[in-house]
Amino acid sequence: MTQTMTSTAAELAEYARQIRVQILKAVYVARAGHIGGPLSAADMLSVLYFGVMDIDPENPTDPDRDRFVLSKGHSSIALYATLALRGYFPVDELKTFDSVDSRLQGHPDQTVTPGVDMSSGSLGLGFAGALGIALGARAAGKDFTTYVMLGDGECNEGVVWEGAHVAARYGLDNIIALIDHNKLQQFGWTGASLDERISPYLGDQLANRWRAFDWKVIEVDGHDVAAILGAVDEAKTIEGMPVAIVAHTVKGKGVSFMENQPGWHSKVPTDQELADALRELGEPEGGAQ
Amino acid sequence: MTLTMGKPLRVAMGEAITEAANHNDRIVVLDGDTGSSTRTDIFEAAHQDRFFQLGIAEMNMFGMAAGMATVEGLIPIVSTFSAFVVSRAHDAIRILIAQPKANVKMMAGYAGLLAGSTGKTHLMFDDVPIMRAMAHMTVIAPGDEIETKAAINASLEYDGPVYFRLTRPNTPILFDEDYKFEIGKTVTVREGSDVTVFSSGPHTARVIEAADLLAGEGIDVHLVHVPTIKPLAEDEVVAAANKTGLVVTTEEGTIVGGLGGAIAEILSQHSPTPVKLHGINDIFGESGPDKALLEKYGLTSHHVATAVREHLAANK
Repeated sequence: MTQTMTSTAAELAEYARQIRVQILKAVYVARAGHIGGPLSAADMLSVLYFGVMDIDPENPTDPDRDRFVLSKGHSSIALYATLALRGYFPVDELKTFDSVDSRLQGHPDQTVTPGVDMSSGSLGLGFAGALGIALGARAAGKDFTTYVMLGDGECNEGVVWEGAHVAARYGLDNIIALIDHNKLQQFGWTGASLDERISPYLGDQLANRWRAFDWKVIEVDGHDVAAILGAVDEAKTIEGMPVAIVAHTVKGKGVSFMENQPGWHSKVPTDQELADALRELGEPEGGAQ
Repeated sequence: MTLTMGKPLRVAMGEAITEAANHNDRIVVLDGDTGSSTRTDIFEAAHQDRFFQLGIAEMNMFGMAAGMATVEGLIPIVSTFSAFVVSRAHDAIRILIAQPKANVKMMAGYAGLLAGSTGKTHLMFDDVPIMRAMAHMTVIAPGDEIETKAAINASLEYDGPVYFRLTRPNTPILFDEDYKFEIGKTVTVREGSDVTVFSSGPHTARVIEAADLLAGEGIDVHLVHVPTIKPLAEDEVVAAANKTGLVVTTEEGTIVGGLGGAIAEILSQHSPTPVKLHGINDIFGESGPDKALLEKYGLTSHHVATAVREHLAANK
């Protein structure tokens, strides 16, 4: 049986904290992976999996389940940490992240990982796949909701706007896109000096893009779990048009020395950095175990 | 042998998917704004509720097809011009359709040389090599309307991605209504003893004419039609080659890595045989009337016959 978990805001924040801890440990063990984007997505993933989605970890292919597509696939470890904590596979399996024969590949693979509804990795494609799931649900008369998360850098891709047009043209109100607007991409735009990197979209440009494509836009603090929950609840009431929740986030959120630092897009922490990061996240024992 | 002119493969495709959908409610059709050319309009007229216009946005369309295929056993049939399937949507096909073996059938129209005065942007000579190189992909190039319908019906019984190479012009009928198609099987069109010729798609009709010409000169062609370019039955290719010990491949597509490449890969490893590859010589095309294009790009029956004669002469 699929069901939605009911969690308080405090519980959702705690799940988000645990997701962040597992992200850091897994990247440390794998000696590879991304950190900044996964940390900015953690609160939204907590809200979806522990407070919104109608799912069954015991039966990850239940035809009536809600779907989630991580279109910003390079943040895979955030999704794996979430799925493990939600019970799709053992948390201990996160130690196999990014290794040969692991079910937890560098980018999400729908053919091997329980709970991964759609492969992704080439940016923009997961969004198209998610739109297809939503259109398919309509064609097949299924009433589940499809959630898809995109990065703001990912919105550079033309295919995102191909899909945004089609979704609005069909009035797809069974899909909710969450845009992780953390204002930094891998290399991105140069600011006042070569050391400064700035947002691909200035001011309201990103939210306005989605509005211009006739999506209902809800802007939210992407680290306020109660606000995210409220935004998703509101999104589910919108009829006749797709909804984009533009979540204002901080890349590297939760670890002071990683926040807003483009260098932590994909970087493996040293022993000391891991210990410091885990201490900040309330795991004083530290270490990867 | 005189062949009767039949329908274009695109019309046969439109009719086949429409008929299949009459008794298969899982079929949905996605069109990239080419339905009046590639003939998914036939389907739309009969099954409007299962026809989705996704506009001129091919990468999104193929990505959406992959998503639809994960819901309730839906079988998305996606149609646009071959050039846009293979080049424009390659990334979506590779990652979301081929890698997970999504049950998506791709109807690539206007493939090859004869694409109605479109020119080099649309003339797709390298679709077979590109799609053949993709793991998990099945590549089918039917030869006539009968085979198109039979192959589409067979593909609907197969759970996985299939690329159909379809062409624009009216096409001579090669097979009768009793024809049985099986994915991966070759078809011996003519038994012969001097040289084995492999061909695929509607080009086989021109090869039949060439074989007739050559028969008049005392050259006995063993002609094998290859509707499924991948997977390709190694044993059948080897057996056909060994019948004569000399092989010519001919195709309405590039000689780099296409049908000829596939045959040469098999024979070089399992039964080394002198192989001549005939087709389009690693160049791009241009616009023009079909007849003029066939002449300039060397794909008439006379050109095929010349290739066979040359190969025989070189291996006396």
